[in-house]
Amino acid sequence: MRYGTGPEVLRDISLDLPAGSFHFLTGPSGAGKTTLLRLMYLADRPTRGLITLFGEDISRLKRKNLADLRRKIGVVFQDFRLLGHLSAFDNVALPLRVAGVAEARVKKNVTELLEWVGLADKLNARPATLSGGQQQRVAIARAVIARPQLLLADEPTGNVDDTMAVRLLRLFEELNRFGTTLVLATHNEMLATQRRHRRLHLVNGELMAPTVQRA
Amino acid sequence: MIGRAGNDIPLRRDGTVRLLPWLIAPMVYLATLALAGMLTLHGVLQGWEHGLAGTMTVELPPAPANDPSLGKALGVLRATPGVTSATALDRNAESKLLEPWLGTSITPDELQLPRLIDLRVSSGVNLDLAALRARLVAAVPGAVLDDHRRWLDRLYGLALSIEAAGLAVVAMVGMAAVLTVIFTTRAGLAVHHDVIELLHLMGARDLYIARQFEREAMRLGFSGGVAGLALAGLTLWALGHAAAATNVLGEEAKLLPDLSLVLWQWAVLILLPVAAGFAALLTARLTVMRALARMP
Repeated sequence: MRYGTGPEVLRDISLDLPAGSFHFLTGPSGAGKTTLLRLMYLADRPTRGLITLFGEDISRLKRKNLADLRRKIGVVFQDFRLLGHLSAFDNVALPLRVAGVAEARVKKNVTELLEWVGLADKLNARPATLSGGQQQRVAIARAVIARPQLLLADEPTGNVDDTMAVRLLRLFEELNRFGTTLVLATHNEMLATQRRHRRLHLVNGELMAPTVQRA
Repeated sequence: MIGRAGNDIPLRRDGTVRLLPWLIAPMVYLATLALAGMLTLHGVLQGWEHGLAGTMTVELPPAPANDPSLGKALGVLRATPGVTSATALDRNAESKLLEPWLGTSITPDELQLPRLIDLRVSSGVNLDLAALRARLVAAVPGAVLDDHRRWLDRLYGLALSIEAAGLAVVAMVGMAAVLTVIFTTRAGLAVHHDVIELLHLMGARDLYIARQFEREAMRLGFSGGVAGLALAGLTLWALGHAAAATNVLGEEAKLLPDLSLVLWQWAVLILLPVAAGFAALLTARLTVMRALARMP
């Protein structure tokens, strides 16, 4: 994978994510973690190679069918990408509204989830008025609200304290127990080593041999 | 504050999009004036056509009051089947016709004016005008039968040219409005690229995004259209007053026609903002759909 005529950001990557698996994606800054995630959430197409998602070869997929595939994927962006003009509630509600879910259900589910991530009193708050950690929780809530089959999280615990990091990790693990496949990119080695999950380690755009951490 | 579905792109905060009514308003203003002019002209022509239907004028060379030629011409005309009346305009009526231009100090006798006969023909009868002309000239050499057709045809030619020019103005204004919406929508797409990409990544279909643009374009196009129509209404009202002011010399001598439109013509003008709104909606939708089709 390369951007324009620049150098290859990722090369010789070959991996398989079994349904219901939980992977940590680790590696130093600039190793290509975000680029690999962008390929997985269909923001970019590989310059060469093959990506198969949910049994579909994405290079053969018609553009009009991408929306259905994307609805199965939840993403927590490194920079959150919250919409500044919308409240925390409306930001979290976006994936449901995009999918055409009834407003009564949107209200119930979003309120419950925001309460769960400790933001019950921030439903109407705009992202600019929230702390970094609160914004991150809103971003996570938005990524999981539609119960995606694949959840890709780019440094999802980077801006929260340890207690909240563990709590969020438990949320991810709970989702994983219900069948969601998870890839959690982090440069926090401690976090990755604390949990018994598979680990994909990137160095200079190349994938090192997969390992499984011991608890 | 909890919002509602399909309102995710902050188009109302976008300065470029907000400019749209200010661009649409003068376009609808120009289109309304051009259309009103065309419709008025159409009405005036129909009025003339209606007024002149079944009427003709016979013009006899100037002659003294006791000359028998007038009687001869009247005799020919009244003997023609289909002619319902043939009335010679007396000197008083001729003086009255000329009064707005010449005043009361000059009489038609002093000017050696031709004598006129007002001819009325049954509406269902197809007169043989060539034969009637020949009989008239045989009775009164120099007599002229005017069925107003030549005059009306020339007027129609002029009116058609003016209407074509009016249509061209409306078409160009429409095209300019469409281009304005295209450029404004493209600017909106560029400004909100990140939001659009995010919505796509969440699984939003192109139509979901396009609908937000088209709704806003319609709202702005319609409001600009209403403003343009209101301004055009004021202008038409002022022109109507100006037309009435030229009427001081009497109905026959007024310089501008009345700006009187019938109900369906008013309806056409009032529908212009709605048309502007729908044109904006359709243009925005097509522009967004085409632009999104190029996104990954």
